[in-house]
Amino acid sequence: MATLTASKSGAQYSRPRRPRLLLYGILTFAAIIYLIPVYLVLTTSLKPRAEVNLSAIWALPSVPTLEAFGAAVDKLAPNFLNSILLTVPATLISSLVGSINGYVLSKWRFRGANIIFPLMLFGMFIPYQSILIPLFQTLSGLQLTGNLVGLILTHVVYGLPITTLIFRNYYAEVPNEMIEAGQIDGANFFQLYRLILFPLSVPGFVVVIIWQFTQIWNEYLFAVTLTDPVSQPITVALSQLGGGLATDFSLQMAGSFLTALPTLFVYIVLGRYFIRGLLAGSVKG
Amino acid sequence: MFGKSRDRTTAVLVIMPSIILLAIFVYGFIGQTVALSMSDWRTLDTQAGVNFIGLENYTALFTNATNLANYRFRQDIVNTVFFTVFFLAACLGLGLGLAILIDQKIRAESLFRTIFLFPMALSFVVTGTVWRWLFSPRSGLNTLPAAFGLPPLSPEAFPWFTDRRAIATFAWGDAMHWLIGIAVFGLLAYAAYSAWKKKPTRAVILGVVALGILGWWIGGAGQVVGAVRAPANRLNLAMISIVIAATWQMSGYTMAMYLAGLRGIPDELREAARVDGCNEVQVYRFVVLPLLQPITLSAIIILGHISLKIFDLVYVMAGGDNLNVDVPGIHMYLTAFRGNNFAVGAAIAIVMLILVAVVIVPYLVNSLRTEVSR
Repeated sequence: MATLTASKSGAQYSRPRRPRLLLYGILTFAAIIYLIPVYLVLTTSLKPRAEVNLSAIWALPSVPTLEAFGAAVDKLAPNFLNSILLTVPATLISSLVGSINGYVLSKWRFRGANIIFPLMLFGMFIPYQSILIPLFQTLSGLQLTGNLVGLILTHVVYGLPITTLIFRNYYAEVPNEMIEAGQIDGANFFQLYRLILFPLSVPGFVVVIIWQFTQIWNEYLFAVTLTDPVSQPITVALSQLGGGLATDFSLQMAGSFLTALPTLFVYIVLGRYFIRGLLAGSVKG
Repeated sequence: MFGKSRDRTTAVLVIMPSIILLAIFVYGFIGQTVALSMSDWRTLDTQAGVNFIGLENYTALFTNATNLANYRFRQDIVNTVFFTVFFLAACLGLGLGLAILIDQKIRAESLFRTIFLFPMALSFVVTGTVWRWLFSPRSGLNTLPAAFGLPPLSPEAFPWFTDRRAIATFAWGDAMHWLIGIAVFGLLAYAAYSAWKKKPTRAVILGVVALGILGWWIGGAGQVVGAVRAPANRLNLAMISIVIAATWQMSGYTMAMYLAGLRGIPDELREAARVDGCNEVQVYRFVVLPLLQPITLSAIIILGHISLKIFDLVYVMAGGDNLNVDVPGIHMYLTAFRGNNFAVGAAIAIVMLILVAVVIVPYLVNSLRTEVSR
């Protein structure tokens, strides 16, 4: 897959100026449209509650205040923590297991692998409603609902197809000769992984970890089904901020910002790897 | 060699837990859901006698004309199809347009790319919360013109997702006749295409499936479903709000896919076309766009399957009670986990699974087959 950042210098075509101006005009206009919701979130969350007036929502806050953020942090901090306690282990476990699976599927093709692999992949496309009832029954039978353990297990299992896929495609690029050379030197299965593949895996892990982190942090259906109010991740808590007669929009917008912050931060800092994970989702990679 | 075969065993043992877990969590649970969907389990009390009732739940969903929950399901299917068509068109059009503009060797390329793609990093819950407000009739986007001194849009003319108007209303029975007709025709056409491409096995399988569906439909199913004439199903204008919010979030994804595709086309190809006398528009029409076709297909399948199972965005944006924007994912969740009607919830879930599988399975088979032959 071509890297999106590869800048193509050279090849300068002398083009007339006006179309160029039009090009930037259209792009800037589109960018403004895409940023309208951001403007609304930021300005509203910086307004004092009294100033959130339905008919003047586009006005800038007269005096920016962190009041709403304070309230959002008060309400959402436990859920933010839940999300971290959920996302970090689920991401690490599913990435590590996916890496080893990818190693097996790319370098140790066993009989039946060509059938088992697509059957595994199918698991990442199913609507999760189609497994939700038995999942809920099974996990509550094991006392794993109402806390984060069951949710972590769920995200690990349903994350395996994509992590396995990305690592399988990643390791397919590593020449088989390297593995063979390692075997001649007497390395066994685990040594080959630990000494040859794992050190080469950093970019693969970055892609997979970012992908899983984003998916799990943002997920809602499993979270709302499998947790209780104490163990709710932040997405569930945010969706319930709207309750009550007078909706507190500045609180909701500050809460939205808080919920979006970690994934947005990752996206802005490591955008290149985020895009790679995004494109790997279309199977061919 | 001894060591090597022992390593081979280790490899299988290492991947086995993942295979077993997925076998249980995906296929075992789907099997259980199928079994549930053929039962009359309606309470939380598991031991209260669960009976096998065959396809009754499914028949009711598609043909019962008196029960609101069954009508709601049919309206959900209509909403989903409506949503999918507009959502796909918007994402593909915008994505391709933005990708072509960004590919013009512009300044600040990464800034524009970041702006168009950042919504992909957000949760559907965040998008839903923010757009719920943007689309609230007495506020939000309707008051944006006022910020520039223009009159605001009236909540009556632009009620967004609270809109009760329908573009068209129609009888479910007629719609199903058309859908089955199109499906059978499509399958037969593909069978003929396969025969022409000298793939007899595929042609025969497709032909048999098509004729089987046709026979099943003419043999009785068509009459039963065709009899459902009321309440009328609607193409709801309110769905457009969901389309806009979902497109805002996902169009960057198609842009990234197309941009990757555009970057994969060597400059020499375009240069050659220019030397042959093509102008810039023709370069795109005859060289670039044909090469992007596989990407369009991937995008349709990925976005299509997302739109068929969409849940959280609509649930957070419009709540669970707005039938004008209801989708099967919400109906299933509420039926099973609010109404404790697990059997019907399971049946809805299995219909969703079948819809997604029809899109995904051929894609998976196809992309893995080309990989093997490479």
